[in-house]
Amino acid sequence: MQMPEPNPAILARKARIVERLRSVLPADAVIEDEMETRAYECDALTAYRCPPLAAVLPSSTEEVAAVLKLCHEEGVPVVPRGAGTSLAGGALPTADSVILGVARMNDVLEVDYADRIIRVQTGRTNLSVTGAVEEEDFFYAPDPSSQLACAIAGNIAMNSGGAHCLKYGVTTNNLLGVTMVQMDGTVVEIGGAHLDAGGLDLLGLICGSEGQLGVVTEATLRILRKPEGARPVLMGFDSNEVAGACVSDIIKAGVLPVAIEFMDRPCIRATEDFAKAGYPDCEALLIVEVEGSPAEIDEQLGLILQIARRHNPVELREAQSADEAARIWLGRKSAFGAMGNINDYMCLDGTIPVNELPYVLRRIGEMSKEFGLDVANVFHAGDGNMHPLILFNANQPGQLETCEAFGAEILKLCVEVGGCLTGEHGVGIEKRDLMVDQYGPVDLEAQMAVKDVFDPAWLLNPAKVFPLAASDARRNVALAAE
Amino acid sequence: MRPESETELAEVIAGASAAFHIRGGGTRAIGVTTAAEVLETGGLSGISLYEPGALTLVAQAGTPLAEIEAALAAEGQRLAFEPMDHRGLLGTTGEPTIGGVVAGNVSGPRRVQGGAARDFMLGVRFVDGAGQVIKNGGRVMKNVTGYDLVKLMCGSWGTLGVLTEVSLKVLPVPETTACLLIDGLDEAAAQEVMSRALTSPFEVTGAAHAPGGPGEHPLTLLRLEGFAGSVAYRTGKLQEMFAERSVRVETDPQRVAALWRWVRDVEIMQGTGGDVWKFSVRPSEAPGLVAQLRAAHPVERVLYDWGGGLIWIECAPGTDLRPSGLKGHATLIRASEQTRLDLPVFQPEPPAVAALSAGIRARFDPRGMLNPGIMA
Repeated sequence: MQMPEPNPAILARKARIVERLRSVLPADAVIEDEMETRAYECDALTAYRCPPLAAVLPSSTEEVAAVLKLCHEEGVPVVPRGAGTSLAGGALPTADSVILGVARMNDVLEVDYADRIIRVQTGRTNLSVTGAVEEEDFFYAPDPSSQLACAIAGNIAMNSGGAHCLKYGVTTNNLLGVTMVQMDGTVVEIGGAHLDAGGLDLLGLICGSEGQLGVVTEATLRILRKPEGARPVLMGFDSNEVAGACVSDIIKAGVLPVAIEFMDRPCIRATEDFAKAGYPDCEALLIVEVEGSPAEIDEQLGLILQIARRHNPVELREAQSADEAARIWLGRKSAFGAMGNINDYMCLDGTIPVNELPYVLRRIGEMSKEFGLDVANVFHAGDGNMHPLILFNANQPGQLETCEAFGAEILKLCVEVGGCLTGEHGVGIEKRDLMVDQYGPVDLEAQMAVKDVFDPAWLLNPAKVFPLAASDARRNVALAAE
Repeated sequence: MRPESETELAEVIAGASAAFHIRGGGTRAIGVTTAAEVLETGGLSGISLYEPGALTLVAQAGTPLAEIEAALAAEGQRLAFEPMDHRGLLGTTGEPTIGGVVAGNVSGPRRVQGGAARDFMLGVRFVDGAGQVIKNGGRVMKNVTGYDLVKLMCGSWGTLGVLTEVSLKVLPVPETTACLLIDGLDEAAAQEVMSRALTSPFEVTGAAHAPGGPGEHPLTLLRLEGFAGSVAYRTGKLQEMFAERSVRVETDPQRVAALWRWVRDVEIMQGTGGDVWKFSVRPSEAPGLVAQLRAAHPVERVLYDWGGGLIWIECAPGTDLRPSGLKGHATLIRASEQTRLDLPVFQPEPPAVAALSAGIRARFDPRGMLNPGIMA
């Protein structure tokens, strides 16, 4: 994955830039030492690394505004960073960029249960938002797998989802307002504790813009009352097709489970070796979870099990206790860890129409043979968001490249069947060059025109989302201005 | 002008020298455009794809809403955001189109729990002001590939592009529905009841309050939907919660539907003579705001929806009801054309936000060809 050459004029001015950053931030909020900036050289896409020019850790919207204003004056690119858990390289620096980390901004600013909102600084982690309202039995719905570590800032940037968004939606459906600092230091308030936009839906535009339109420092989020209870059921099938058909039938029947998770045989076996959750050894496994009172759960699961039985399951296991429920989820929740235990892996994130599941899984199996790399599939089946995990050995020369080529083919397949490149991880640098497979030049131009409005000099997270060739002219205008 | 295809529409716009007033069914014109020539989207009609098992529907923007609702009903599904029908309130005739619903981000009472039209949008195709055909999003439930222009287009009232195709998430129609009715609450008490209901674990999908009721008396409405056993259980739970009130329960599906249509379409203000405003505010601040407006203006009728987050207010013609420093936004939905020219129909934005909106308009419609002035 290519990144633009750093601007030598900026590198040469490092001392002056650092000095100016120090003039607007406390001493310990500016990191410029070559050893210490290493901590910011990559996010969770660890195959790509580059220490930034400097990293700053502001503590307030005012400090963020001061940093952005001076970087704007200096023509220095800024890479916003939440917790650095992006799998897409969304927070990968360039050598001439300043990393702006929001980690120190993690306060809860307001909780209002009656109005069902919480306002937080965006460095707060996803899970600790729920943590702040749990005592009143409320929760924040989007639940990306990294929720223990990932920051709301990154969730907003990537419009993160999670296992339970089949029912509750993704970040954009649960975000009501933001305080955002533009690259020139202007602070704007968009949305708030009320619903919907008065004018153009700028909030909808900002959510998922991968930190390229502004730095969101505060967010008003929708919180929900916890359901009375939840219960998962596990189903095993002897083919992916049958499991896929079962998913479709459940959805058609009018039940809206909170989650429908899918694992295929390679994934089941790997997680069994690792977590010993007691999963059946079968081709495909579904975990379906429903919510409500015990009687409501019985009513929904009754219908779901009736549908499942029509598809001749090799296993049907309903959790009878909290312990059994935890065991059903155990394997699914350890799937990524299990994979990491046996191999290096690359996690993809394409989404497909649910009815294309069997075809796509079959094609991935065939491609796996062609590329000579194993794939395990674990994903959110209810909404078609796939997570094929391609296993490779990073120490073996050429395998990373083969893996990337294989991954690209899978994503093109997702687009071909009517889906998209990324369902919840974001484009970042990882899928940047595949954007041309999903969008034509005019489609990309329209998106880039939006960035022109918010960040005319293209200084915010500049080499992400759009193919370098497509954004070249715009980024180089900024360089020429040097 | 009534192009019959996306290509023709693109050619028409690319070749035009004067601005267009974009019209779907012509039932929801609220802003006033300076454009003289009407560009109708009715020629772009038809459902192009419907996959009930994937909960997705793709349709040409000019497809009549009724046609879409009929196709969904045949499979036991629906548009869960419950788009309002503006005809009764605005006294318009014509056939609402799906493109109009999307262009206006038109939602109904279920918005408070299930989301707005924008939350159900999966993808769009549109022709921008230069005549270019642009697509964004797709037809899958989760999609973060590039910027979300789908949300941007939803609620842009045709000012950024003419929608040609929209792709939507649909949901099953619940097996049962019930409505709890509480009489005689004052507005503060009603707001509290709605808030308690919406913060319960019982999934209330509608919470409205009419101070003037359907028959002069205050009425508070709470809706439950789902499987029969579940609705019965949750009805009981809510009755327990509000045991100190006298709660009636309506379970007849026709009557429940009629009650919520009454709320959705603001029937209480249909055929009356005043101007109608729509406020989106923080729910707990709603009764206070209404009291403030009543003190300052000749307010005639009020209807709270979305647990208080949405307030419909009817007042004497020509009144500028929008208070300064409003937290939230107010839209002038019904008034004479003169009033809609004199008062901003949409909430004026702070300068920095207005600059962003203007910048986006300048990029998507550099020649000012599409509904100029309609969102001013």
